[in-house]
Amino acid sequence: MTAMIEARGLSLAIHATPILRGVSFALREGETFGLVGESGSGKSMTALSLMRLLPEGAEASGEILLDGRDLMALGEAEMCDLRGREMAMISQEPMTALNPVQTIADQVAETLIVHGAARPREARRIALERLARVGLPPDAIPPDRYPHELSGGQRQRVAIAMAIALRPRLLIADEPTTALDVTTQAQILALLKGLVREEGMGLMLITHDLAVVAGMADRVAVMQEGWIVEEGDTESLFTRMRHPYTRALFEASAHQPERRATARAEPLLVAEDVVREYRMPGLRLFGPAPRFRAVDHVSFTIHKGESLGLVGESGCGKSTLTRALLGLDPIDGGRIRLGGEEITAGRHMPARLRRRMQVVFQDPYASFDPRWKVGRLVAEPFHLLETPPEDPGARVAEVLADVGLPADATDRYIHEFSGGQRQRIAIARALVLSPDLVILDEAVSALDVSIRAQILDLLADLQARLGLAWLFISHDLNVVRAITDRVLVMQAGRIVEEGQTERVLTAPEHPYTQTLIKAAPQIPAAWRKALHG
Amino acid sequence: MIRYLARRLLSLALSLIAASIVIFAVIEVIPGDPAAYMLGLNASPEAVEALRDQLGLNGTAFSRYLDWAGGLLQGDFGQSYTYRVPVAELIGERIQVSLPLAAYALALTVLIAFPVGLIAAARRGRPADWGIMAATQLGIAIPNFWFAMLLVLLFAVKLHWFSAGGFPGWEGGLAAGLKALTLPAIALALPQASILARVMRSSLIDTLHQDYIRTARAKGLTRRQALLRHALRNGLIPVLTIMGLQFSFLLAGAIIIENVFFLPGLGRLIFQAITQRDLIVVESVVMLLVFAVIVVNFVVDIAYGAADPRLRRRR
Repeated sequence: MTAMIEARGLSLAIHATPILRGVSFALREGETFGLVGESGSGKSMTALSLMRLLPEGAEASGEILLDGRDLMALGEAEMCDLRGREMAMISQEPMTALNPVQTIADQVAETLIVHGAARPREARRIALERLARVGLPPDAIPPDRYPHELSGGQRQRVAIAMAIALRPRLLIADEPTTALDVTTQAQILALLKGLVREEGMGLMLITHDLAVVAGMADRVAVMQEGWIVEEGDTESLFTRMRHPYTRALFEASAHQPERRATARAEPLLVAEDVVREYRMPGLRLFGPAPRFRAVDHVSFTIHKGESLGLVGESGCGKSTLTRALLGLDPIDGGRIRLGGEEITAGRHMPARLRRRMQVVFQDPYASFDPRWKVGRLVAEPFHLLETPPEDPGARVAEVLADVGLPADATDRYIHEFSGGQRQRIAIARALVLSPDLVILDEAVSALDVSIRAQILDLLADLQARLGLAWLFISHDLNVVRAITDRVLVMQAGRIVEEGQTERVLTAPEHPYTQTLIKAAPQIPAAWRKALHG
Repeated sequence: MIRYLARRLLSLALSLIAASIVIFAVIEVIPGDPAAYMLGLNASPEAVEALRDQLGLNGTAFSRYLDWAGGLLQGDFGQSYTYRVPVAELIGERIQVSLPLAAYALALTVLIAFPVGLIAAARRGRPADWGIMAATQLGIAIPNFWFAMLLVLLFAVKLHWFSAGGFPGWEGGLAAGLKALTLPAIALALPQASILARVMRSSLIDTLHQDYIRTARAKGLTRRQALLRHALRNGLIPVLTIMGLQFSFLLAGAIIIENVFFLPGLGRLIFQAITQRDLIVVESVVMLLVFAVIVVNFVVDIAYGAADPRLRRRR
């Protein structure tokens, strides 16, 4: 069968920095082609090259053949005609990919109208049909809603409806589910699969997640630093993995750090019947405002030296609970005690209590002041001490060494570090006061798999050496399995299941836990066995 | 929406009360006795005292505040100390000039700034953009009274298209009135349009970097279509904010231009009132301007809601 779209020797430089170095691949009609790689490997730029929507300062060379016609030779007007009609694209961030001031039906209809495929009334009718096809029927989701009135998954469905409105032959999906919860991810992937089957589209699925392509793609290519290092049909690629990078990626994604049991029977943090409510956006002038219970009678214990996982989807109350545990927000019921002392929000919380508990957030860049040097950033928690250490510099150097950073890091600014190094700095800052408990709020979620594996090793090592307790909050079950002793599953403000991590993840009891585990994409066990055997 | 409006109106009323107290208090502490000023340097203390009594300057500050504020509520602004006519009458005459002038100038501002800002954003980094950026920089830098004099020299003195100043009143017809306001409106609009065009350009360029613009381009929209259909409305919010500030400024801040063109506007009224210690006129005009600013902000708030559906429900 001949290729529908083919890239030959595609190279790209942005402001003279090489991004793609001679990428070649071909996609047949109705085929799903997975493009896998870590950030900076060039996979998104490959997609934008096909669409010819490259950023300013980009210079591309090579050939992109659509049915044998070289797109690189086409003018902008001809490309505008092809985009949306022959080839379409959806991107990672459903929150920002839709125009916030236009209704969803208008945005879908626009694809039809700009291509002259239908007049406005007819375009709207077709738009409603396409919205229904992607799972947003007009009677359930009024088509005159604005994007901010929809959830992330629903927005991604709108983006898909927009992309497939004219039944294009190629759909490029760039990390379409990365920003979504695992159950939503499963639904969106199923939708894409169905569209490929029914509409006969070619799908180019770009992702960092090997497990996602394993379940979706007919063929897979692995990208590294602007090259395709390995390509083949999915099963043979997964069972052979000829290129060391593919193998490294695979190993990293299932990485299991070596852990030593440090948990003791002594309780450290005890939450009893914790309730936290929010006032709904007030519409009422009189009477009590409606309240939303984000954390609903939650009780659990973290023991000294224990690693406890907390999993749940966005909106389940994880972050609200974290804020309450840290004493950042008041609670509306129950109590939280750390080492027997009650945690109260705000100024009432004594510094000596605060310093026993530290936190590391998801985004390692946003949680630092970019104008401070690393030495000052890491030393900041010292203000919680009544008497600062005699030699703060020595302590900072010590924790930086603990997290595997050189001592001269203190004199540099945060933007000079990579994502993984920044997360190490965040961990160093959390450790500088020798706390008993560190809350890791999606702390490895934004990292590439190879970096993530290193950070997990670091966490395991720190726990073994320092006897720390972790509260590890994540939506990623693989990571939770790798690093925790026990796990809590949270749904709609409640803890629905609790137990030893291995037991909960292999034999879940609560239906919600079962759903979560089933929804998480997996590389088939047979393929794993074939690879290792 | 109704509740939202009710709440906004309540806060509007509270702002007005707060403003009236501040204005009254400030006028209280300004030195200078209007009665002594009116009677001249040689007046006897008894005569001054009698006049103070007559003007109602003698009661306690609180009772005078209540008198003044109560009067305002009924549309009674009091009597001008200098002109001996009701303040409302004075303001009424002047506002017939100032309000149309401000609206005219703002209309010109928008008519110039929108297309110029759009072109600059569409051609950013190219010669047209550089040209516009340089021209708007100049437009902000040139003092507008000097520009006004250049306008007079060219269009009034040399070409005789417009008169050099004065205002014939609206009795002579709309066209004559507008004609007299044209040169001042242009002089007022030049720096405002330059500012607004730059705001528009940078706001649009920010918007053009958003993900949804790429989505629009991936649907097959041309650059221009993406700019007009998707970037424009999203880029309008900061522009609306600036426009609100500009209108308030134009209403009262036109004093120099009013002087250049001999226009009997509010700016000149308040300036004269201050030099003559006609404090009741000062109080009332300032109060009116505060009222105008608060109302304009209210309108801008409503306009935000129209431009951006995300702002409609919350708050």
